[in-house]
Amino acid sequence: MSSDVLAPAAAPSRWQRFKDSQLVHSFSRDKLAMVSFTIFVLYLLAALLAPLIAPYNPYDPSAIDIMDSEIPPAWQEEADERFALGTDAQGRDMLSTMLYGTRISLMIGICAVMLQMFLGVMIGLTAGYFGGRIDSFLMRLADIQLSFSTMMVAIVVLAVFQAAFGAELYADLAIFMLILVIGIAEWPQYARTVRASVLAEKHKEYVDAARVMGFKSSRIMWRHILPNTLSPILVISTVQVANAIISEASLSFLGLGMPVSQPSLGSLISSGFEYIFSGSWWITVIPGIVLVVLVLVMNLLGDWLRDVLNPKLYKG
Amino acid sequence: MALLEVNNLEVSFGLRQGAVKALRNVSFTVERGERVGIVGESGAGKSVAAFSILNLISRPGEITDGEILFEGQNLATLSDKQMRSIRGNRIAMIFQDPMMTLNPVLTLGQQMVECLQAHRKISTADARAIAIEKLRQVQIPSPETRIDQYPHELSGGMRQRIIIAIALLLDPVLIIADEPTTALDVTIQAEIMELLLNLCDSNNVGLILITHDLGVVSQITQKAIVMYAGRIIEQGPTKEIINDAQHPYTQGLINALPQQTVPGQRLNQIPGSMPSLQAIPSGCAFNPRCDFVMDECKTRLPEFTRSGGCSVACHMVRAMKQNPETVQPVDSSEEVK
Amino acid sequence: MIAFVIRRLIQAMIVMFVISLLSFSIQDNLGDPLRELVGQSVSEQERQELRDELGLNDPFLTQYLRFAGKALQGDLGTSYFFKEPALDVILKKLPATLELVFGATLIIVCLSVPLGVYSAINPRSLLSKTVMGLSIVGISIPVFLTAIMLIYLFAVELAWLPSYGRGETVPVYGSWETGFFTVDGLLHLLLPCVSLASIMLPLFIRLIRAEMMEVLESEYIKFAKAKGLPLKRIYFLHALKNTMLPVITVGGVQIGTMVAYTILTETVFQWPGMGFLFLEAVNRVDTPLIVAYLIVVGAIFVITNTLVDLIYGLVNPTVKLAGGKS
Repeated sequence: MSSDVLAPAAAPSRWQRFKDSQLVHSFSRDKLAMVSFTIFVLYLLAALLAPLIAPYNPYDPSAIDIMDSEIPPAWQEEADERFALGTDAQGRDMLSTMLYGTRISLMIGICAVMLQMFLGVMIGLTAGYFGGRIDSFLMRLADIQLSFSTMMVAIVVLAVFQAAFGAELYADLAIFMLILVIGIAEWPQYARTVRASVLAEKHKEYVDAARVMGFKSSRIMWRHILPNTLSPILVISTVQVANAIISEASLSFLGLGMPVSQPSLGSLISSGFEYIFSGSWWITVIPGIVLVVLVLVMNLLGDWLRDVLNPKLYKG
Repeated sequence: MALLEVNNLEVSFGLRQGAVKALRNVSFTVERGERVGIVGESGAGKSVAAFSILNLISRPGEITDGEILFEGQNLATLSDKQMRSIRGNRIAMIFQDPMMTLNPVLTLGQQMVECLQAHRKISTADARAIAIEKLRQVQIPSPETRIDQYPHELSGGMRQRIIIAIALLLDPVLIIADEPTTALDVTIQAEIMELLLNLCDSNNVGLILITHDLGVVSQITQKAIVMYAGRIIEQGPTKEIINDAQHPYTQGLINALPQQTVPGQRLNQIPGSMPSLQAIPSGCAFNPRCDFVMDECKTRLPEFTRSGGCSVACHMVRAMKQNPETVQPVDSSEEVK
Repeated sequence: MIAFVIRRLIQAMIVMFVISLLSFSIQDNLGDPLRELVGQSVSEQERQELRDELGLNDPFLTQYLRFAGKALQGDLGTSYFFKEPALDVILKKLPATLELVFGATLIIVCLSVPLGVYSAINPRSLLSKTVMGLSIVGISIPVFLTAIMLIYLFAVELAWLPSYGRGETVPVYGSWETGFFTVDGLLHLLLPCVSLASIMLPLFIRLIRAEMMEVLESEYIKFAKAKGLPLKRIYFLHALKNTMLPVITVGGVQIGTMVAYTILTETVFQWPGMGFLFLEAVNRVDTPLIVAYLIVVGAIFVITNTLVDLIYGLVNPTVKLAGGKS
């Protein structure tokens, strides 16, 4: 915002205000929120720094030896000290593969939610601000879109594309397809919430005042109405990223997502599934735990945010 | 023996920041067939007082001290089951907003019959007959068909009549009405009040009327209780209070009535607003807004003083009674504008 | 009521129309029906003639109308792989999938209502806290992972329950077979139904709890207490009826979602249902089968949503005859 640049003196007070805010206060008293947040930050760091901290590069075929396949993790018998968490069926180091997998899962989750947010906020603002026919049309569309589950739409769309492109080409495009499909399928969540906030704010005095002062409607929306929708958006987003990660994992499990050569957590679990019957549980179970903990801390953070910010969320 | 005798009632809300006392040292009586008005601004604790009589304060509120003697029983110590046999049966309640009070998914008949059946062994057909009779008493047209309708098919005024009918179902001896007309259209308010007055009068039912409207109190009740920030500050016969209020706050309320204002003049408002319960000033809670404030008011809580038929909690009134010479307050509120 | 029903039906028809349009475009663009018919050893000219003959060069609209006309008569083309009418192939697998959905719904309804209501009434009790804690963990585990863990635990490690297939089934009507009446069938149903229920159950518990807590704060509940009604009646009639109204709406949508999740459960358990068949069809680029699946699943969605709306209209007295909310 331009005001920050013009008035640097305001910065410390803003920081001070943040420090004194209810959010921080409640955070410092809630152990579960603190633990969840710490774990989430660790995940983020691991994802960001994966190429630096991973002992091996799972994408480099020359570094993989098929003779190393299905080595159990270090605390088991027959373990190999080179691989702390064992290896998968192709002989890749589980730890490295999971670090890269987390990176991909988080990236898809976050990008997809950003796309959802973008679409939803635009549509919600339009519907709420202009009202009338535009509003009822867009909300009807949202109803219909929501009545078809995201999973169903995503499975069908991806399946059709996979059949159309062929598996080879699809594998290269998978990451974009996943972001697009998960991103597009869930916009109504945001659109409804933003619309509800706009409707609530629209008739307040400050908006009228801005209109009387002759501001354009786009400016009124961005500068005056949108900031008021931030807390519900924050709450939704936390849970949505968690959901997107689950969706991605499920799609990858079905073979419609990330290829085994460039696995996300979901495709890693999937690739280990057939070995579970022969006793190589770690290929499935360890990435499974990594995935569940990630999604769990995000859901816990979302719950906590909802309790603290208590925004008016749209109820289905 | 009085029908209802409330002694030193104290209600606290246990919040995270510590307990907040919503009611302190509240004592009053209601005689059989007597109509009592409790007046005050919103947040004065009058609704809490009403709900605490039936032990219906919502969590985290609870009665922390005092007793509520009703027909010789202390309601504050009754078990849930014993309490349930009194609610709706001996003491009935009428709520503020008739649009929210009736269950939207049950018919009026269901909501009336269940009340009778909760307290008496009675067949559904008999209960229905009583319900229709009561609906007739509250002047619901064609009650035989109305009884099978859902609440949303009736107007607000109609619904409040239904609620009054429900209150009357078991011929209670006391009705507590919490702002029964606030949510209604002005035109309907008077009708409902008159209905309530007539029904209480003809059935010799006691009434506790919670309201912020002194006008209504003066028309309906025989006794008035004025509350401020969780305490009673003045109580006595309604006539005396309306005609000769002692407490500066009561005077302020009376002056604020529209009929006290010369047409074209602004309403006489009491300056300032009531403190929140977490930040009640020391001494008399009204002292920051009072025109007659003395040093004593800021430090010491005023005790009750008799003045005619009323009792008043005000240092100034006490001082005037004891020694009329020493205190010369700016007399009569007319100069306070 | 009639106007309400008609409006809902019109809406359902519009949605079905859109689905059919989408299905048709998929059929039009995916795979090459000629190759399936005649193989690759036919000259280009002959191909063109055949295309004309089959009407593949007609305008989009003409082709769509032909497709829709056939679809209305139940003809969705012939599966490339099975060489049978696609719709028949799908419908043969429908009972297996519906059985899963039904079993999971049963588990969800039987557990979510009592647990949700209990934890709304006693939010501070240990059981409520445990239920809420477990429910957030439950939401965080993907269906397929639950399924895998259940298989690992009960089928691989403990070897108590079977890990794949439907087991012994008995015919009910025509090609409709069910596993509900045999012990073996029920054992086979157990794990898939539990995994399918695992994702929805916590959602419903949380939803019912949240709605119920909101209802319990309402004035009419307070009034019901002031009437001296027994708590049982207040909780299970006054509060529950109002709680269930929004839950019904959400529930309807979730049944549709569950059909999607059957694809995952069926894959893990190799359950011979529609979802499993669909994924096979995708891998074989069996276009008519893909299209038939879309239309059948679309119809299931539309039918459940319409039914739920109608039930809601019947249960909720405030839905007026004209269909609007008062």
